[in-house]
Amino acid sequence: MKIHEYQAKEILRKYGVVTPRGIPCFSVEEAVKAADELGGSIWVVKAQIHAGGRGKGGGVKLARSKEEVSKIAGEILGMQLITHQTGPEGQKVRRLMIEEGADIKKEYYVAALTDRATQKVAMMASSEGGMDIEEVAHNTPEKIIKVFVDPATGLTDAQGLELAKGIGVPEGSLDKAVDTFKKLYTCYMETDASLAEINPLILEGNGNIKALDAKFNFDSNALFRHPEIVAYRDLDEEDPAEIEASKFDLAYISLDGNIGCLVNGAGLAMATMDTIKLFGAEPANFLDVGGGATTEKVTEAFKIMLKNPAVKGILVNIFGGIMKCDTIANGVVTAAREVKLAVPLVVRMKGTNEDLGKKILAESGLPIISADTMAEAAQKIVSAVA
Amino acid sequence: MSIYINKDTKVITQGITGKTGQFHTEKCQEYANGKNCFVAGVNPKKAGESIFNIPIFGTVKEAAAETGATVSVIYVPPAGAAAAIWEAVEADLDLAICITEGIPVRDMLEVRNRMKAKEAAGGKRTLLLGPNCPGLITPDEIKIGIMPGHIHRKGRIGVVSRSGTLTYEAVAQLTEIGLGQSSAVGIGGDPINGLKHIDVMKAFNDDPDTDAVIMIGEIGGPDEAEAAQWCKANMKKPIVGFIAGVTAPAGKRMGHAGALISGGADTADAKLAIMEECGFKVTRNPSEMGKLLKSLI
Repeated sequence: MKIHEYQAKEILRKYGVVTPRGIPCFSVEEAVKAADELGGSIWVVKAQIHAGGRGKGGGVKLARSKEEVSKIAGEILGMQLITHQTGPEGQKVRRLMIEEGADIKKEYYVAALTDRATQKVAMMASSEGGMDIEEVAHNTPEKIIKVFVDPATGLTDAQGLELAKGIGVPEGSLDKAVDTFKKLYTCYMETDASLAEINPLILEGNGNIKALDAKFNFDSNALFRHPEIVAYRDLDEEDPAEIEASKFDLAYISLDGNIGCLVNGAGLAMATMDTIKLFGAEPANFLDVGGGATTEKVTEAFKIMLKNPAVKGILVNIFGGIMKCDTIANGVVTAAREVKLAVPLVVRMKGTNEDLGKKILAESGLPIISADTMAEAAQKIVSAVA
Repeated sequence: MSIYINKDTKVITQGITGKTGQFHTEKCQEYANGKNCFVAGVNPKKAGESIFNIPIFGTVKEAAAETGATVSVIYVPPAGAAAAIWEAVEADLDLAICITEGIPVRDMLEVRNRMKAKEAAGGKRTLLLGPNCPGLITPDEIKIGIMPGHIHRKGRIGVVSRSGTLTYEAVAQLTEIGLGQSSAVGIGGDPINGLKHIDVMKAFNDDPDTDAVIMIGEIGGPDEAEAAQWCKANMKKPIVGFIAGVTAPAGKRMGHAGALISGGADTADAKLAIMEECGFKVTRNPSEMGKLLKSLI
């Protein structure tokens, strides 16, 4: 689960990381009022969307007067902000943050994430703050310093110093940097984050260390013990089809192609998508109905796939293990009738009660195309929509 | 022979009284020598009772001491699953198989580091399979997990995969063309897990009754590449490789918690290229895994 920058900073402040003062707003009036409340003579107006690259896309601007705050807020609120992470259609800006200005002497990068190879938390820092870290990793990998943290000890002083010295924090600010890294680590662990990134982390003229921008992702498996983080969820930032699917415990991801796929198991679902591509078409979605699919779940899955106007055909690929093929066949027939299916449907079923399942489909009177293998199913649906 | 388990393995079921635990314990008992293999269950609140003629103990330690079991299978719900794994490790079992899906990553991180610390201090090493996995099977001998037993056939081909249904797909293809399996292992779809592709490949390499292996991976993480490098230097048997997720977009979690492209090196294309370079016979058509393997032996 992702959250907004202003929410990320609220969390960081709770753990003692210093951030500029900022106020979230939903209208131009609120933005001006926020600038008033913050005081000073310079403010940053920041679009709050979940995608990164907001600055380059024109979603972060400096204002030197209240009039400018009002004007910029009016321009940014409601705009379709396009960044390298939003896709070409962009993301509508519904929230802003007005933040006090900062005296930036130097920009750094620091992040915590789980490293699969070492099975530890990796703390990464770089002297190249404010940049796309993937680019830094690609072009100048020596400028990224990494330490791996054992959850039993946490980030040690020595590791904190290695990071701070490695990225060139000046002598007088080393303690503050180490303190910030330790707080970031604790915050990462205690909130069950899967990514906690401060970019840039800045050194101010007075030697203070501050988080100027922050990004968090959270482990969805752990949300059950974090109602305070679930409360940060912003449904406007999520794909409506994915939200609808999650209500029925379906794993669904929208894609750009025109063939809807309904599969049991994440690996088989990806393999099915890949096979569609292999035969010259593109999948419209990833959809894993899981191990315990019922008629209701299959019907909902059909409805969600068919809401996508790009879908010109559907491929169902089920490997019946514990789940029986006849159960799925009944679900498919009911769903096809209920949604008055008007696009070609290819069904491939394998495993437990396969023959019974095929019989149910054949006797349904519906124009369902049957296939024996994944490859045959993909070929049939690709030629049916061509 | 086979890897990790055989008809003489004695198994403890943690979470035996839950709905999932009950359902699958019954199926495992019905499979091959299952009646003799599943010897104990654990539930502290129901110690002294029994289910399907299997005695229930209060702790894994007691169950192991009383029955001589060396392996456990875990169906405990996500919030308590990592603690259940640790209980199996503390009881010095040989192998713990965690079926549970949806365990918080931090819990797995903590238990894996505790397991490594125990080993580093000279304690007994307990292997972990999973979590979020279908388990493993040695056909006609024993099935521990949630896979459909009837699609398997005894034979000499090893199968290892992160995905459950893709394991079944490969197994069914093999069985259909007359090739049986020595063992089929699902290592699970989570980012922090126990046995990895490399560990299972080593076991298949050492198993005199395995002639060739199908290794199936997916997007996300470094494991398949690591296994491929090891195989290039050490593996004496032919391998068919497939990676799911060529069409998966970066930054989107494809169902499995671990199926998430985070950089350039863990895409399906990158992994397929490394596997090919390391001598695997790779295919981009998952319907061809069985046939391709047959062409190699």
